[in-house]
Amino acid sequence: MAINTKDVTWVEPPQLGLLDQLYLPAIVGGMATALKHLLETVTGTGPDATQQYPEEKPKLPPHYRGLHRLNRDEKGRVKCVACFMCSTACPAHCIDIVAAPSPWNDREKYPETFVIDELRCIYCGMCEQACPVDAIELTSIFDLTGLSREQMIFDKEKLLSVYDETVRRGTDPVRTHSGKLGPASEPGEAGLTESSSAQS
Amino acid sequence: MNITELIVVLVTIGIVFAGVMTFVGYGSLLERKISAWVQDRLGPNRVGFDLNQPFLSMFKGFFGLGQPLADGVKFLLKEEFTPKNVDKVFYYLAPAVALSTALIAFAVVPFGPTSVLPPMVDNRIDLAVSKPNPNYQHRVYPRTNSELEKISAANPFRSELLEEAKSHSPKIELPKVAGIELGGSEIRFGIAPHLDIGVLFVFAVSSLAVYGVVLAGWSSNSKYSLFGALRASAQLISYEIPMGMSILVVVFMVGSLNLEAIVEYQAKHTWFIVYQPLGCLLFLTAIFAECNRLPFDLPECEQELVGGYHTEYSSMKFACFMMGEYTHMVTTSFLLVAMFFGGWNIPFLVTQDFPEGALGWGAKLVVFCGKMVAVIVFFMLVRWSLLRFRFDQLMSLAWKGLMTLGILNTLGAVVIIQTKPLGELSLWLLPAWSVIALLMVTGYSMTRPKPSNRFRTGIKSVDQRLSSQKELVGNRI
Ligand code: SF4
Ligand code: SF4
Repeated sequence: MAINTKDVTWVEPPQLGLLDQLYLPAIVGGMATALKHLLETVTGTGPDATQQYPEEKPKLPPHYRGLHRLNRDEKGRVKCVACFMCSTACPAHCIDIVAAPSPWNDREKYPETFVIDELRCIYCGMCEQACPVDAIELTSIFDLTGLSREQMIFDKEKLLSVYDETVRRGTDPVRTHSGKLGPASEPGEAGLTESSSAQS
Repeated sequence: MNITELIVVLVTIGIVFAGVMTFVGYGSLLERKISAWVQDRLGPNRVGFDLNQPFLSMFKGFFGLGQPLADGVKFLLKEEFTPKNVDKVFYYLAPAVALSTALIAFAVVPFGPTSVLPPMVDNRIDLAVSKPNPNYQHRVYPRTNSELEKISAANPFRSELLEEAKSHSPKIELPKVAGIELGGSEIRFGIAPHLDIGVLFVFAVSSLAVYGVVLAGWSSNSKYSLFGALRASAQLISYEIPMGMSILVVVFMVGSLNLEAIVEYQAKHTWFIVYQPLGCLLFLTAIFAECNRLPFDLPECEQELVGGYHTEYSSMKFACFMMGEYTHMVTTSFLLVAMFFGGWNIPFLVTQDFPEGALGWGAKLVVFCGKMVAVIVFFMLVRWSLLRFRFDQLMSLAWKGLMTLGILNTLGAVVIIQTKPLGELSLWLLPAWSVIALLMVTGYSMTRPKPSNRFRTGIKSVDQRLSSQKELVGNRI
């Protein structure tokens, strides 16, 4: 439908003077700006925005959301309790977990396999927020490459090795509950009461 | 033409071709560097000459100087794709035409010091037969002293005439050596020096470049290419006219189309930028359009339109168009320098006789090429300073603006040169007239009603439209 002419507000362009109409002063001004930037960059006095990437790594903020890792607890076991919270929360449906009864006493289940398709992932960090035991975390590793789709599907071992690597490098300190399991891992009454008390 | 001369010409062609092509490659690097610097970036700085070998690591990076080589290799190795249903002959011909016309136009460009032939040697013929002889077929143009000696030796009769003519007419001065003498021949700074139709030749050949564009667009069997070719050819043809007009006054004043003569005139008098600022401005604008450079790069419109006439071209065929364009840029920059910026001349520093000898040749060569590079850098700076014109603005600039200015400039200059109202000083009326003409045209364009972007119902005259707009505005208020 055509717009009603009464609703249209016309804005008049400003009147050009003789010099404006000549364009030449404006052109000279524009070129002076370009030349200023050129000289600034050549002499190194301009804004030093460029990073020489492979040699010079970017300084990332601590909450940067990059590659996932699966944390270990203080005994070096996988911290995950296979609660499926992360895969439920994941908007991209890229976490695939197969749970099995835990071989250890302090928890009921553990992930037999834990697979993240890093190509599907949108790096939203929902999994990290959803995890009750802080077992899954996003690291600051961003230069993730692979030669095939299969290589980009990360399994449990690979995710644990990401943890080992980042801890060794000290780039990504474990953010919460360090090595201890969170309350959700407590088997039986204790966990329930604690979480319900937390709710109330 | 003897065999040594042929060899010298071929060697010159080889050197010039290699030089121009190298410059084209490194020009693209320069362009990328300047684009980057203007935008506060660093530009290509990775590809050096280390070839991924550790022992060559000191050549790593190297300001990206390996980039043009890598680009060249890339262009050669890319898949050569020919779309179905193209007109094969013309499809393959177009890039060749584009590149070769640009290269041929370079033939008459003096890229270093050359000396001008003496004016017509007909006088001596008059002397010989005591009256003009229209049947005389073998006018001799000795170009160097050694050539003159050779001719004299081969034809004692004629050399006698020449001597006689020399004694009679001061016009027949023997030419200075036009290049460095080398084994009876000369090294020249120009493939075809002493061409009397120099400027005309460049214009004629470089307007053939439009064939490359049209053929490419037409034979590609693609609507995008065709439209690109239409845009490009309309632009190229339009801007050829102001380009031709802009140099008319220069040619009037020198009395020759020979580029070397034009340079020499400026060396003796003043650069033409002083006498002809408007002509220089027109020529500059026109060559921007002729080279498809921003702000006139409508044929390509890298950012928002499908390619242009070379949409369907890949790998080396595409590179041919690009190289042709860059070569054209180099040629026109040389022309601009030769016609308006004094060629190899720098007043008081590099003049006709100073410095002398080989040093002089070298200095003149460096000055000439340096000026050319400066013009190209200017081209590249303008690219990042100006916005692209809309197509109707492009056309109205050429036909209404530049052409009017060209005509006014030429008319005024001719009147001034012929009548000489201020005697010796009247040449200084030329720049004043340039400014007046520029202001006149601009002032007139200000009085014209601006085209309105508002919707139109029915076709009205401009005045009706204006009054209806006033009504509209009035109603709103
Ligand atoms: S970051 Fe987001 S998309 Fe990626 S696995 Fe976690 S929840 Fe899924
Ligand atoms: S939410 Fe945490 S504990 Fe639960 S399955 Fe995912 S990683 Fe494991």
